[in-house]
Amino acid sequence: MSAVIEMHGVSKRFGAAIALDEVSLTIRENEFYALLGPSGCGKTTLLRVLAGFETPDEGDVSLDGKDLLAIRPNRRPVNMMFQSYALFPHLNVFNNVAYGLRMDRVRGSELKQRTRDALAMVQLDGLESRRPNQLSGGQRQRVALARALVKHPRVLLLDEPLGSLDKKLRGQMQFELKRLQHVVGITFIVVTHDQEEALEMADRIALMRDGRIEQEGTPEELYERPANHFVADFIGDMNFFAGTRTADGVRLETGTILRSHGDAGVESPAWLAVRPEKLAIAQAQPTRAEDNALEAEVIDISYSGQHLSIRLRIPEADALVLAKVDTADPNVAGIERGQALWCYWPPSASRILPRESQSEV
Amino acid sequence: MARVRPERQALRAHAALVYLFLYGPIAVLVVLSFNESGLPTAWTGFSTRWYSALAGAADIHRAVLNTLIVAVSATAVATALGTLLALGLERLKPRAWIDGLMFVPMIVPDIVLAIALLSFYTLLEMTLGLHSIVFSHIVFNIAFVAVVVRARLRNFDKSIVEASIDLGASEMGTFWRITLPVIAPGVIAGALIAFTLSIDEFVIAFFTAGAGPSSTTFPMLIYSMIRFGVTPEINAIATIVLFVSFTLILISQRINRPVSKP
Repeated sequence: MSAVIEMHGVSKRFGAAIALDEVSLTIRENEFYALLGPSGCGKTTLLRVLAGFETPDEGDVSLDGKDLLAIRPNRRPVNMMFQSYALFPHLNVFNNVAYGLRMDRVRGSELKQRTRDALAMVQLDGLESRRPNQLSGGQRQRVALARALVKHPRVLLLDEPLGSLDKKLRGQMQFELKRLQHVVGITFIVVTHDQEEALEMADRIALMRDGRIEQEGTPEELYERPANHFVADFIGDMNFFAGTRTADGVRLETGTILRSHGDAGVESPAWLAVRPEKLAIAQAQPTRAEDNALEAEVIDISYSGQHLSIRLRIPEADALVLAKVDTADPNVAGIERGQALWCYWPPSASRILPRESQSEV
Repeated sequence: MARVRPERQALRAHAALVYLFLYGPIAVLVVLSFNESGLPTAWTGFSTRWYSALAGAADIHRAVLNTLIVAVSATAVATALGTLLALGLERLKPRAWIDGLMFVPMIVPDIVLAIALLSFYTLLEMTLGLHSIVFSHIVFNIAFVAVVVRARLRNFDKSIVEASIDLGASEMGTFWRITLPVIAPGVIAGALIAFTLSIDEFVIAFFTAGAGPSSTTFPMLIYSMIRFGVTPEINAIATIVLFVSFTLILISQRINRPVSKP
């Protein structure tokens, strides 16, 4: 797939604050790309640089190989769906959607047809004459989407598109956005702080922190092979054990070695990371020698349908961990708070990450 | 029937008295303007003769025309400048004291502003006339327009401006197609307030007018007439002014109602 957007060393400062710190990335044709991160990580600034509302202090941005920064914001083949939707309150639905076409001097029956098509695409036929304040939140969002898509931009930018919808509508719109992206064949770049949303929608994700991309990859790569503690912690739930990297795993302070596959390296401070759903529970000491096994005490149990979420304290590692166990698992039958038991996992389920800053503790 | 507690009755009586105090004199004026005899002491029957008398008075026509010239031109200029001031202040977000300077022409006593403007015109060696009244009215009207428009801008979602540019409009096109229509109720309300203030403004006009009837405005004429006693015509004039001001303020409030946010 060919590149649509290429960014090299893009930096942007607001006074003393660094919003973007030498960001480089490539976004491909027809990709659903998510900029993910906590608030203040620079993801929205990055989106606004693409739209033309911010000019980077340094770096290059190109679209289809042409310098995007040289093009004024109102001439870029890029449209944006705003977080607040930014519908024009004095125009009805039809005129909101037709606005961009009118700016391109599209007139008459073509204007009508293309506006109608865009509205039909988001299933808003029949609401043409409504004003924005006569629409529900979900309908307003669809108008914003139709308005941004009607000009068939090369790239559609979406700023927290599902942010102000309630949970049920959000799930529905998530599918809708994916479907639309396939139908229209436009590159989507979505900004979100919700890792679940990013995992479920995006083809690729750039996880950002403090103006930098911490890791870029497919949802699976970020989930299964996080590059560092921040990524591992931000994407899904993760348990961490602090120790020292050894030839075949991580050595806890007590001398116990928690094994892992294929992450061997020189001795250095490290984390052993393991997902809650990879942890298994046993009432007696597990017998398979290759598994990592630690004694634990049940702190809390919560039921969520298919899973039991069990909070455990592990005295040996001085850690609190979370285990997600199938409700039907016979090992957790009759489990109760304060109970002593074992938790274990295979070496292949854990991953060694470098341990550096204080903020990770 | 629901029983009304004595405290509430006392409150109602108090409110009634305050309203009577506020509106009693005005009501008397309006009633007297229709009094056949023209005397404030005796009601001799309903008549519109004092209004008819106004229709024939050339000096009154001249003064009304002058006032309209002043009010329309001062309102037009002040509305344009005041709206731009409000937009600029909203965008630049200056320090509080610079922001506060905007209110000064509203707060400074009319007499002080009048003297200041007169001294200023004298310093510039400007001839006084209708145009100097217009300039003076623009000064304080800008402040009123800017305040009203700024209040409107407080609920203005700035992302609609970016959305318009994103969709291909120029900055200028965005102003005419998006910004101005959205803040129009505030701009119109500001203009109506400016117009209302202008048509019955006396002190500043009196100080900054030239000599003779060519720059005598309507309130100035009333003042000169009243020096020889309250005549029935004046009651009629005052009633008309009252009606016009009232209507304009009502319209401006109605236009500038807060809308339910989208």
